[in-house]
Amino acid sequence: MRVRDTLRFLLGDEPRELRDVDPSMTVLDWLRLEERRTGTKEGCNEGDCGACTVVVGRLDGDRLRYEAVNACIRFLPTLDGCQLLTVEHLKGPDGALHPVQQAMVDEHGSQCGFCTPGFVMSMLALYLNEERPAEDRIDDALAGNLCRCTGYAPIVRAAQRMYDLGDRARDRFALATEAVAERLRALRDEEVLCVGRDGRRFFAPATEGQFADLLLQHPDATIVSGATDVGLWVTKFQRVLPDIVWTGRVAELRRLHETDAALEIGAAVTYTDAADAIAALYPDFGELIRRIGAVQVRNAGTIGGNVANGSPIGDTPPALIAAGATVVLRLGIERRTLPLEDFFLAYGKQDRRPGEFVEKIVLPRPAPGALFRAYKVSKRFDQDISAVCGAFLVELDNGRVSRARLAFGGMAATPKRAAAAEAALVGQSWSEASVRRAMAALREDFTPLADWRAGADYRATVAANLLLKLFVETTEEEAATRLVGPGRLAHA
Amino acid sequence: MPDTPQPLTIAGGVYQERRHDSAHKHVSGEAVYVDDMPEPAGLLHVYLGLSAKAHARVLSMDLSKVRASPGVVAVFTAGDVPGENDVSPMGRHDEPLFASTLVEYAGQPLFAVAATTRDAARRAAGLAAVEYEDVPAVLDIATARQNPQLVFPPMTLKTGDAAAALAQAPRTVSGRLVMGGQEHFYLESHAALAIPAEDDEVLVHASTQHPTEVQHIVAHVLGVPDGAVAIEVRRMGGGFGGKETQANLFAACVALVAKKTGRAAKIRPDRDDDMIITGKRHDFEVDYTVGFDEEGRILAVDMVYAARCGYAADLSGPVTDRALFHADNGYYYPAARIESLPLKTNTVSNTAFRGFGGPQGMVGAERVVEEIAFALGKDPLEIRKRNLYGPGRDVTPYKQTVEDNILPELVAQLEEESRYWDRRAQVRAFNAANRWLRKGLALTPVKFGISFTATHYNQGSALVHVYTDGSIHLNHGGTEMGQGLHTKVAQVVAEEFQVDIDRVRITATTTAKVPNTSATAASSGTDLNGRAAQNAARTIKDRLIDFAAEHWGVPRDAVLFRAGRVHVGNHAMDFADLIKAAYMARVHLSSTGFYKTPHIHWNRGTGEGRPFFYFAYGAAVSEVTVDTLTGEYRLDRVDILHDVGRSLNPAIDRGQVEGGFVQGAGWLTMEELWWDKEGRLRTHAPSTYKIPACGDRPKTFNVRFFDAPNREDNLFRSKAVGEPPFMLGISVLHALSDAVASVADHKVCPRLDAPATPERVLAAIERLRGP
Repeated sequence: MRVRDTLRFLLGDEPRELRDVDPSMTVLDWLRLEERRTGTKEGCNEGDCGACTVVVGRLDGDRLRYEAVNACIRFLPTLDGCQLLTVEHLKGPDGALHPVQQAMVDEHGSQCGFCTPGFVMSMLALYLNEERPAEDRIDDALAGNLCRCTGYAPIVRAAQRMYDLGDRARDRFALATEAVAERLRALRDEEVLCVGRDGRRFFAPATEGQFADLLLQHPDATIVSGATDVGLWVTKFQRVLPDIVWTGRVAELRRLHETDAALEIGAAVTYTDAADAIAALYPDFGELIRRIGAVQVRNAGTIGGNVANGSPIGDTPPALIAAGATVVLRLGIERRTLPLEDFFLAYGKQDRRPGEFVEKIVLPRPAPGALFRAYKVSKRFDQDISAVCGAFLVELDNGRVSRARLAFGGMAATPKRAAAAEAALVGQSWSEASVRRAMAALREDFTPLADWRAGADYRATVAANLLLKLFVETTEEEAATRLVGPGRLAHA
Repeated sequence: MPDTPQPLTIAGGVYQERRHDSAHKHVSGEAVYVDDMPEPAGLLHVYLGLSAKAHARVLSMDLSKVRASPGVVAVFTAGDVPGENDVSPMGRHDEPLFASTLVEYAGQPLFAVAATTRDAARRAAGLAAVEYEDVPAVLDIATARQNPQLVFPPMTLKTGDAAAALAQAPRTVSGRLVMGGQEHFYLESHAALAIPAEDDEVLVHASTQHPTEVQHIVAHVLGVPDGAVAIEVRRMGGGFGGKETQANLFAACVALVAKKTGRAAKIRPDRDDDMIITGKRHDFEVDYTVGFDEEGRILAVDMVYAARCGYAADLSGPVTDRALFHADNGYYYPAARIESLPLKTNTVSNTAFRGFGGPQGMVGAERVVEEIAFALGKDPLEIRKRNLYGPGRDVTPYKQTVEDNILPELVAQLEEESRYWDRRAQVRAFNAANRWLRKGLALTPVKFGISFTATHYNQGSALVHVYTDGSIHLNHGGTEMGQGLHTKVAQVVAEEFQVDIDRVRITATTTAKVPNTSATAASSGTDLNGRAAQNAARTIKDRLIDFAAEHWGVPRDAVLFRAGRVHVGNHAMDFADLIKAAYMARVHLSSTGFYKTPHIHWNRGTGEGRPFFYFAYGAAVSEVTVDTLTGEYRLDRVDILHDVGRSLNPAIDRGQVEGGFVQGAGWLTMEELWWDKEGRLRTHAPSTYKIPACGDRPKTFNVRFFDAPNREDNLFRSKAVGEPPFMLGISVLHALSDAVASVADHKVCPRLDAPATPERVLAAIERLRGP
């Protein structure tokens, strides 16, 4: 295994080569403390407010992609082979404001100004990636940026106006894309990046073989993908992580592969990268992904991480379980496959041995005529954690339920199927009476907790009502049931 | 001398849409906040060690591990305070900088640790070994009311004989309303940087709305005269009331460290710690009885406003007073008895937050009106209109006559422009056709009193220099937290001198230039400081006119400042040329300015007076859709008609209205503070405490200004705008209530409490549907 001991990336146009790097130093701390670039702000230090938003250019195949991410929970070594753009890069060489910035000024999009650099960077990513998006797309693009002053209206106006002020095709960043991509291609190699400080190391293997070997050698290492959760272990709990092994450079783990029977999702595929392929199979799962975190989180976080992490309130496990997904685990060269629901053993405990890792998730294609719905219920529609997440797959045979997979998050210590409710449905007619029996049976399946996200009664009531919603949406053609997302999903 | 063509107006005078003075710096990351300032050599980073208990005696505190932690330079506790260990804003001596023998809320600071890096200080702060002995903790209003301890003397407003009027009223309704508090969630958490100076002097850069109070508190903690302490504020990343008194603690802490160590010291709590340590909007329970006639006219009210104030007084007295001042909102109560109950609890000491109790007062009034509407089977808007102040019905429960009432016209105009009744019919039709989703619609008015109720705060000061090149230096007592105060005040100065606003340099607020200032609070920033700056400019202008009249031998009234030029008799010159000439003639080109609000007086003992110079009005119509299976909802459309008098800057005022509305709607809907049984706040970060996100703003958002000047002689006939729009958000609570009521055919008042989270909405739906 060839090892490279230098972290290499571009800060704007400037190449950076760093050797002595704290493995869990965040991009934000590096910018503010070491570079004294203070334009990027710390609002929450947990990836929820977006004040620290930066844009990262990375190679996807040979193409350069610009993505907005939260600098506060992104570890610096994950910039290897990337370009980092911060708010300080936007003004032109002549000092003129970028169209994104000028639009914010013209539309009075800043008041206190503290969230503004983050908004500007989210808007830059939008500007570089999309031509004149519809308003709900703008909402999505800005969902990860909190503003307490403006009520957002002027910021949305600015996100529309920026397209009037600039010529995207001749944008400075757009014009430089090929040159930047060339420079990033030159940084590519097949070596294992290993940087560290004080005996703690960050490993970024380039191949799955290296990844598996490293984990055999360092079975206690923390596996990190998007760090949208692990980042908080560092920023909030001040945990000192020993060795870190990062999935992000491993091409095999970042791959989506379609077979006749299934969609195989490599463990390091981000929500953003997986969304379209998943939505093509299960439209409502796609809508659920749109509601996970916000752009910055979806650009970093991975489906594999959401699974491996084992959180009872992760949103993809219920949907994956309902769809009958399996997880492929690898230890060295040995692989095994588990139904996903069997992977979650208890709160905080998954069926993963030391040195073993989630290689991929296998999402089977739905049977023709299968009914699938996924619902996320939270205090806020965007960038919130579910009080209850319910995902349901029902197959009918001559009006009777032949198969029912009802999975919930937020209802137990792990993502879990509702066995009693499923039993109440299978073999029964697909009728409101059957569904009402399943709703009653849910009380046997779950004894939810009360916490700051919801009370126990609310969780229980809503979980049952979601079954009713599933029934209504699949039987009443005209019923309006959705408040957000494309309404057609209700009757997909 | 032929005049060259000149622009007819200046750029950036009053009544113009003008961008925020720092907008170009906000968007480029160049605007400097406290934590962005270049760090002095040897800077120490400070972190606070916090109480783990809500109410306990501290038996022992072993800080040896804290001291031994890598990078730690010093640790300070109550015993290290040279002056008084107290940061209470109202001199009640009930808020120690560091608790010593007794902790009164979970998160109360016990000590400060100074280290060479922030990370080192933060890690060390968690290493204290504290031995506690629990004392029973009072955590909520219900418990506190069983054996009430008050943090401040309560107030009662009385008009007429409420008890008799209620006894005789044809109809009465009683009930209880519960509403939650609110975290400010300024995007920039608290921050302070202290730089020690010679002798007993210290300079503190603080993120505060009240530099003068911070100055007093720092001096008091250090045991030095006020004059030894300077506080400077260029800008805050949001305040909303959360940096009025709450900055005291942080500034005092770093000043102490700086003077003790001789090194600069900075503090910036992590978001979670900021939310745990600092006070919030008060939550309230309101018990009400209203008597009314068959037409829905209110005859009398009896209301008790019980507030959770936390462990210390802070501003709870004035906050609960202001709740009572707004318990009428825009409605006439012929007889009333309205009482406050500022309850002590073992939670963080609650504080100022945009509206300062006013919103809670109004939510009580709107519930009362809603109850009447349901009791009589009428549309709530009919009852609202019937009870608005009007001729002969214009005296408030605190005996101020409402002289500038425009609510009847304003509400009528909004009713018309928003097509309220057409939409009422559409909402009913939608609900008749839909089983699962339900719509709701509501119009609520706002009448908000402008002036500090502490009359002495209603003064403003400013300092204006004109330099010999004609550039102008502006300084005043107000602070910039995003509201555009500096822009507006600069517009006023530009207008007075008739120069483009670019000539007016905005400078950081500092107690060393303008002393004895009031908090930038109570929506008063522009009224007080704008007028003070205007007076400073006028003083200089008067001197210039005297000079020009004498120098060029013309009458005073022949000297005119107009559109960037100064006309003296028949000739005109550039402003800078006049200034040069005036300087050569030894004219004093610098002046202070002062302003105090006229006509106001208030006697808290008798509950009578004229506490408010004028009222700001507005109204909003909100339309929502509710999912009756989950309680989730969307804000579909909002129409606002708001009164800012003659707007000094319509762009900035619009921003205040839009932003205030969304913040108010957030308070009453998704923003929920949640404490566990041990009294620990568990919603202490944006992951758990949800403020509105971009997609939560109304999908259709129509904002208009009511077209009328301030009837009082306020600055350029404008009105204050900081707080009043916040309360337009009450319309969302009532639109939700309307949607909920549809499941029982509008027969039952939903009594929807706040925050109306999806959980509370669903519970109300289930309650109305019955078993």
